Amino acid sequence: MKEYKTINKIAGPLIFVEKTEPVGFGELVTITLPDGSVKRGQVLDTSKEVVVVQVFEGTRGIDSSSTVRFTGDIVRLPCSKDMLGRVLSGSGDPIDGGPKIVPEERREIIGAAINPYARQYPREFIQTGISAIDGMNTLVRGQKLPIFSGSGLPHNDIALQIARQAKVRGGGEEFAVIFAAMGITHEEAYQFMKDFERTGALERAVVFLNLADDPAIERILTPRMALTAAEFLAYEYDLHVLVILTDMTNYCEALREMSAAREEVPGRRGYPGYMYTDLATIYERAGRIRGRKGTITQFPILTMPGDDITHPIPDLTGYITEGQIVLSRELHAKGIYPPIDVLPSLSRLMKEGIGEGMTRDDHVQWNDQMYAAYAEGVDLRGLVAIVGEEALSERDRKFLRFADEFEKRFVQQGKYEDRDIEYTLDLGWELLAMLPESELTKIEKKYIEKYHPAYKKKGETKVEAAEAAA
Amino acid sequence: MEVKTAGKVGEVYRVSGPLVVAEGISPRMYDVCYVGEEGLMGEVVGIVGNKTLVQVYEDTSGIKPGDRVENTGMPLSVELGPGLIKSFYDGVQRPLPALKEASGDFISRGIHVPGLDRNQKWDFKPIVKKGDKIKGGDIIGIVQESELVEHKILAPPKLGERTITEIYDGSFTVEDTIAVLDDGTELKMYHKWPVREARPYQEKLPPVIPLITGQRILDTMFPVAKGGTAAIPGPFGSGKTVTQHQLAKWSDARIVVYIGCGERGNEMTEVLEEFPELIDPRSGKPLMERTVLIANTSNMPVAAREASVYTGITIAEYFRDMGYDVSIMADSTSRWAEAMREISGRLEEMPGEEGYPAYLASRIAEFYERAGRVKTLCGEVGSVTVVGAVSPPGGDFSEPVTQNTLRIVKVFWALDAKLAARRHFPAINWLQSYSLYVDTLKEWYEQNVAPDWGELRRWAMEVLQEEANLQEIVQLVGSDALPESQRVLLEVARLIREVFLQQYAYHPVDSYCSPQKQYDLLKAIKTLNDWFYKALDQGKLIDEILEVPGKEEFARAKFEENYKAAMEEAMNKIKSALLGE
Repeated sequence: MKEYKTINKIAGPLIFVEKTEPVGFGELVTITLPDGSVKRGQVLDTSKEVVVVQVFEGTRGIDSSSTVRFTGDIVRLPCSKDMLGRVLSGSGDPIDGGPKIVPEERREIIGAAINPYARQYPREFIQTGISAIDGMNTLVRGQKLPIFSGSGLPHNDIALQIARQAKVRGGGEEFAVIFAAMGITHEEAYQFMKDFERTGALERAVVFLNLADDPAIERILTPRMALTAAEFLAYEYDLHVLVILTDMTNYCEALREMSAAREEVPGRRGYPGYMYTDLATIYERAGRIRGRKGTITQFPILTMPGDDITHPIPDLTGYITEGQIVLSRELHAKGIYPPIDVLPSLSRLMKEGIGEGMTRDDHVQWNDQMYAAYAEGVDLRGLVAIVGEEALSERDRKFLRFADEFEKRFVQQGKYEDRDIEYTLDLGWELLAMLPESELTKIEKKYIEKYHPAYKKKGETKVEAAEAAA
Repeated sequence: MEVKTAGKVGEVYRVSGPLVVAEGISPRMYDVCYVGEEGLMGEVVGIVGNKTLVQVYEDTSGIKPGDRVENTGMPLSVELGPGLIKSFYDGVQRPLPALKEASGDFISRGIHVPGLDRNQKWDFKPIVKKGDKIKGGDIIGIVQESELVEHKILAPPKLGERTITEIYDGSFTVEDTIAVLDDGTELKMYHKWPVREARPYQEKLPPVIPLITGQRILDTMFPVAKGGTAAIPGPFGSGKTVTQHQLAKWSDARIVVYIGCGERGNEMTEVLEEFPELIDPRSGKPLMERTVLIANTSNMPVAAREASVYTGITIAEYFRDMGYDVSIMADSTSRWAEAMREISGRLEEMPGEEGYPAYLASRIAEFYERAGRVKTLCGEVGSVTVVGAVSPPGGDFSEPVTQNTLRIVKVFWALDAKLAARRHFPAINWLQSYSLYVDTLKEWYEQNVAPDWGELRRWAMEVLQEEANLQEIVQLVGSDALPESQRVLLEVARLIREVFLQQYAYHPVDSYCSPQKQYDLLKAIKTLNDWFYKALDQGKLIDEILEVPGKEEFARAKFEENYKAAMEEAMNKIKSALLGE
């Protein structure tokens, strides 16, 4: 082992070590402080003269007499099936008071890229029980679908509801949940943990916690640790893994802090120019592989600074992920939960996961029609603000009402309300029935005859059945 | 091509991410180097004193100062010969299926696989004979590479005039000698070409033939010429990728090169699963039989992403040199520009606008200038059409990549997130988009489709423009307040938008629309327009006109295999209701 006491500069989270033997790029480093405590770091830049190390736990307390040891190995996560049910720190050490994890394998946390040729296109419908997602922006197994939220919006409740309710129909297999918290508060973490414990979800979950007062640089490791665990469980144990990463905004802040400490040329808003590539190495670890049973589905959550969707963090994320679920402050203010604004939301993979045999035969055209009708209704609100509702035609008033009901009945649902897809679709049909049938131009006649309430006997739809039962 | 410098071995001085500084090699710019024991591939991007800056195409974890660096003395090159078609390459022409065989489902590093299969045998039929004189770029023989592609074997472009002393007919691998020249040079079925250098041609020709894409808004409204350049900028979620896929599927180029540059892995998988099943509407054969795919997804090494667009365009130029029309889709050139920025940042170069290197504009221009319709060295006519997707951050078209691209391309297909949100697809904004080829291509359309094509197109654009003006008023006072003739115009504009411009990529019939059908549809809308106004003149009430029966059937006619009959039936219904004829 190579040990040195040649730190000549400490800047932010970085230490500069001189006169070393050749040190490999990306090597894991341990730093022993004069008081005996040990910190870990990673080589960011190595040359014959100086080695730059980023310290995960922060540089507080490090002085030039600290001992730096280069391990000759890169950062790895000890992986085992016993990780399920455990709570780990942001850098992978148990913090639930339980025993150390006996590794079956020590995996590199920088996952190699999946060969695009080896991927299998995701097309299995995941029912989340949330109408605005299942009906309008369907999630499929192996997808990465972020929630774009803002501060003060209930994104955590939605994430929890999805973790609780997500299932593949007819599959019967439950999801294992990997939960990676980056820089969230104790309170939020408590909320998650309590819910996991109460619903028994913790048994099939691995929790990585890096809280707001934990070192920021550790956050750069946390999602990679979480995804390494996810890959291990998915590809070694054939589990279907749902990975929740919250909050990616904090991750990006840590990245910017790192970059500034290295005095790199900043890109947009001070974020490093390689942030796209860096985020891609996280998000692209979702997916399915031909011939392997397990899958990785990602639910990253990020809060848009100033609710600005063009901010670099949501912007770059949107270019990598397969769509986005956007939360709206306006809907939240109206008291609607979940406040999902379906218009800017999108699921890029839904077209392959819906329709006959997956959800229901009418879903594709139903979706187009619902979107078009709601968009029209929302547009008309602008007009109403100027000329008043009286000036609208009868037809326009119907669209206006459609938009209101859409938000109040279709989007709005309980935190513990688990709607199946038929219910969601029938509910949509009820709303569409408010419009003149001649306006349903995006739906073929055969589906209208099959599903439109006007063609049905009373009590035949799922919605009516549910209402009758209530 | 000549190889002068013998490989020279030096050692690593510094490693910082994908950038390695080496000592003790005497390279030229853009020479390829192999770094470390594993031989990670890299390219020389800078020389400072005795130090050489090498950008490495693979993950550099574990590389340390003192590790071996070998300079090959050759620039980054691709192998051009039979075996390209149906291939699926990464950014530096390594076949991804071969990588999977070598390293499993995940790409590990230091794997070297040649771009062309060394074992596959091809039936080579010479078309020149012993004693013939040939020069660089000449066709010396033919290989039937796939059902759709007759691969013409070219003499390397830089070859001077020589006489053939031996030429063989038969089944060979790409490494076998197929001909010998009077100076002893042995020709093989493939040659190498440096990717950053445009392949030579005799002269550029004017772009006067349209690239038919089967997409109504593109072909009729904003056509691109064979050998032209087009850009599709769009915020995420506006259907950019679907539009690119539609172009790759349906455009009437003989060869399609599709570059997935820094995009999603699942999207490439979709292309890979879909293309072999799609049937080319003209030949009835799978589209894959004419396609070369290049994928460097966003999580694959950034330096190879930078190289991928050059790899793609070099392959495109090679097929052009055989006399083919080639179209190349680059999705997305923003990712390519960002890769440049990332590497430039690591090189600590002085940044230009938004951190992009100052040479961004010239690199983009250089790339698009490699498009064109040309007379090749062997006298054939071939073309390379470049369609580049741009992903402007935050959908802001004023950012440097979009702006520099617009300065050079001739066609602009502006994608609009608002249209996408209303499920108007393709979400191409008809007011913002433009094509500078409309006038040069008019002649072709008028000769091959209909004499009044130009007139009809102009009429449709006028209606749409007028609609946009009226919409502003409607926003304020509602449509009921408009005079009757303007309400008819709004209705006609709606028909143009919904029946003509909207096209369903996933509908088996509507996905592709022939130029004739495009013309027929638009002509029919124009006829309805005339009837509407005639009916109005004859005193019909505006509401009767707007709610005339048969319009729905008319709107659905485009989905029918026999659209003409369906359209005619609907129009008769409308006509009898409107004019009583």
